[in-house]
Amino acid sequence: MAEQYSYLLAILVIPIAMFLFLGLMTTKLSKKVAGTLGTIGLGACLIIGYTAAITYFASGSLEPIKVMDTTWIDFSQIAEGFSINLGIYLDPISAMMLIVVTTISFLVHLYSNGYMDDAHLIKYGHEAEGLAKHGFQRYFAFLSLFTFSMLGLVLATNIFQMYIFWELVGVSSYLLIGFYYTDPAAIHASKKAFITTRFADLGFLIGILILSYYTKTFDFDTLINGSSSALATMHGTTFLGCSVLCWAMTCIFIGGAGKSAMFPLHIWLPDAMEGPTPVSALIHAATMVVAGVYLVARLFPLYLIAEGSLVVITVVGAFTAFYAAAIACAQTDIKRILAFSTISQIAFMITSLGVARPEYHEGVGYMASMFHLFTHAMFKACLFLVAGAVIYRIHSNESSHMGGLHKYMPIASIACLIGCLAISGIFPFAGFFSKDEILVAAYCNNFWWGAWMSMVAGMTAFYMFRLYYLVFWWDTPDYEAHGHHVPKEAPLVMTLPLIILSVATCVIGFLPFSDYITYNHEPLHAGHNWTVIISSTVIALIGIGLATALYLKKNDKPGKMQNAAPSLWTAAHKRFYMDELYMFITHNVIFQNICRPIAWFDRAIIDGTMNMFANITNSASYAVRKLQSGSIQAYVWIYLAGAVLLAAVAIICLI
Amino acid sequence: MDSVGNIIMYFVIALSIIVFSVLTVTTNRILRSATYLLFVLLATAGIYFQVGYEFLGAVQIAVYAGGILVLFVFAILLTHKPGEKTKPLDSHKRWLGLSAAIAGVLLCAYALISQCSVAFAKQGIVNVDMSRIGHALLSTDKFGYLLPFEAVSVLLLACIIGGIVIARKR
Amino acid sequence: MELTVLMYLIPSLIMFGCGVYGFVTRKNMIAILISLELMLNSVDINFVVFNSFLFPGQLEGMFFTLFAIAIAAAETALALAIVINVYRKVKNVDIKEISKMKF
Repeated sequence: MAEQYSYLLAILVIPIAMFLFLGLMTTKLSKKVAGTLGTIGLGACLIIGYTAAITYFASGSLEPIKVMDTTWIDFSQIAEGFSINLGIYLDPISAMMLIVVTTISFLVHLYSNGYMDDAHLIKYGHEAEGLAKHGFQRYFAFLSLFTFSMLGLVLATNIFQMYIFWELVGVSSYLLIGFYYTDPAAIHASKKAFITTRFADLGFLIGILILSYYTKTFDFDTLINGSSSALATMHGTTFLGCSVLCWAMTCIFIGGAGKSAMFPLHIWLPDAMEGPTPVSALIHAATMVVAGVYLVARLFPLYLIAEGSLVVITVVGAFTAFYAAAIACAQTDIKRILAFSTISQIAFMITSLGVARPEYHEGVGYMASMFHLFTHAMFKACLFLVAGAVIYRIHSNESSHMGGLHKYMPIASIACLIGCLAISGIFPFAGFFSKDEILVAAYCNNFWWGAWMSMVAGMTAFYMFRLYYLVFWWDTPDYEAHGHHVPKEAPLVMTLPLIILSVATCVIGFLPFSDYITYNHEPLHAGHNWTVIISSTVIALIGIGLATALYLKKNDKPGKMQNAAPSLWTAAHKRFYMDELYMFITHNVIFQNICRPIAWFDRAIIDGTMNMFANITNSASYAVRKLQSGSIQAYVWIYLAGAVLLAAVAIICLI
Repeated sequence: MDSVGNIIMYFVIALSIIVFSVLTVTTNRILRSATYLLFVLLATAGIYFQVGYEFLGAVQIAVYAGGILVLFVFAILLTHKPGEKTKPLDSHKRWLGLSAAIAGVLLCAYALISQCSVAFAKQGIVNVDMSRIGHALLSTDKFGYLLPFEAVSVLLLACIIGGIVIARKR
Repeated sequence: MELTVLMYLIPSLIMFGCGVYGFVTRKNMIAILISLELMLNSVDINFVVFNSFLFPGQLEGMFFTLFAIAIAAAETALALAIVINVYRKVKNVDIKEISKMKF
């Protein structure tokens, strides 16, 4: 069974080899060769990934398969079979993630061949050196590194391997956000992203340590199936009123929340938009940011035992969904709107996992979350790539510089419309199916969660269509007067991914997800919930209608609304001052009141003590320096005096 | 019981050792100092003869008195004008040296007298004949000294070369 | 009257004391070397005397003295070569004058 999939190892080897090759040969390869090589490598991964996933789903059995499992560090002296392994794990969600990661990554590679052209790179530095000269090759190397890390994360057989690759995707994200290293904003954004997620990963690590301390294993299979007694112990042991298992799972979720940009660790994701747009599509919309969702889904049986942490997850997810949607309504930078939309949609998935219970509608939340992850990856990548195509022509992120583009860029316009319809949840686009399942799950858990999420879904429809209209309709600026060329459709290498993703968005909703991806590997039998379907469609249509009324043609209604509640609008535009709050807490509270005394203590007490020792030694050496006279006669005299004294002591004591 | 001649001889040797040693380090003419050293070395050879090590006494006279002392005299003549007196000693330094030397001597004397006076009386002279020395010097058995002998020969060679290298005019 | 080991050791001890005094107080490098020879010599006497009185049948002390004489010869030759070399450079054999390599 497992041998049949052994070719999956290549899916990890190809990208890392490509990374090493492109990375080491950066200065030797021409741009065309580097781009083509990277794309071909990813194409191979795509084929392998699809073959494996389709074989797996078609095989009829949905039992997890360990394709490989090699012991890396052995702890068997601590407990029997306790070790850190590296391997490849195939189960429904990892097979699904294989499809997501390879598809999006391949399309982004393809797209980047067009997007990362010379004109674009020269904007960020001198023509003959740095970014413009070798940035392209470096970019493809980093993309390969990311793909490797993400696939490793997805295919991890144990939680520690997942942690290793988890950090690796963090690094690749850091490298790619800071890709335009001549731009200070990009550097700050990359540092912010890395530090924030690293901070959250501390929670992940602590969670892993607690969990493995009790269960004496890292392995997913053993954790989920084999160690119920240890889990019972964990569940029975309480700390500060919650069970230890609950604490461990919550800590692990903190790591997931950091990567998936859940409130209050979301601050890095909007800034991460400083990176190249295809990277935003790949890392910050489709793959890496859903790692948190994937993590929770992977450990879902444990979360089911620790229900307290599921409640935490639900609350965090539901709040983040609303919070990000509210901010998205007031942003003007198109990539920022998409970033907040991403946060909001991931929060949907998280909430869906949080409300999922086996007893509610056969645990539909789990399946809905994975389904939404899948569909969202497609349409959000599509939307980001549309944004990239627009930015490629307009050379700006600001929606005020755009408008009326449907005449100039019809393909992008249609792709964007499809994406917006999908994210709003209109039949028959992909988002309709997955979002409805999430709403069903939420309503099953508690009516108010359902109502809350429906409201957020309405907001989603509104702000996405606001974006669509602002970019493609609204008012047509005089493009030629601003010194721009008249915008036209992006080259084929960029529009092709848009078309593929749009088509995918239209059809993947009909995939029989509920037969394959469920928390217990049993197909779902529950029927449709017509109330939810109709109500959510109506709410989405209301949101779209509102957006159409306000933003289809240039008018002063949005301005009036803005003036009606200026403080609310400013607050939303400024992301409800979360960055300022972080700034205040870190700079004025932590740095001032904690770090400064610690720094003083370090310098004055610890360094001071050491300096004191050094000074004493130094002055003592100065004092006895004269003894080292170089005069052998003096040495002999001292030696003799010492010998006589010792002999005298010996004689007095011994004789 | 030793013969009277032996005892007289001993007193002559002991007295000359004591007197000439003191003179060696107290005279302020360096050439005289070397001469007094010669007498000390000869007296030492006398001790060797008296305890029965004739070969050693001969070596002492040949190497020390004949070789080393001549070197000293050459060096002195090369570096000093005839009759030149050394500068007077620093008084505090002299007292320091004197006190250390006397303290050391007294201490050792006390230890010797309190420990050795009874125990080690002479058990009769055993004359060592040359063939035994020769065999011991060139044998590799236990109590054979071939290795140190060769080592010293190499050392002397090195010393000759070193002496030439250091002292030659450049 | 009997000649005991002590009677040989006392002159040797005094010789050693004189050597120490000379070594510590003298300024002339050759005089210092002469004092050194005194000390060496007194040690040689001790070896021989102990050998002769305590282990009459054996020859260790004697051989040790023999080698010590050879090494003393070597050492003196080298030391005097150095002294002469120094004298060429500074026209003096006073140990106080040779302080160029000091701090």
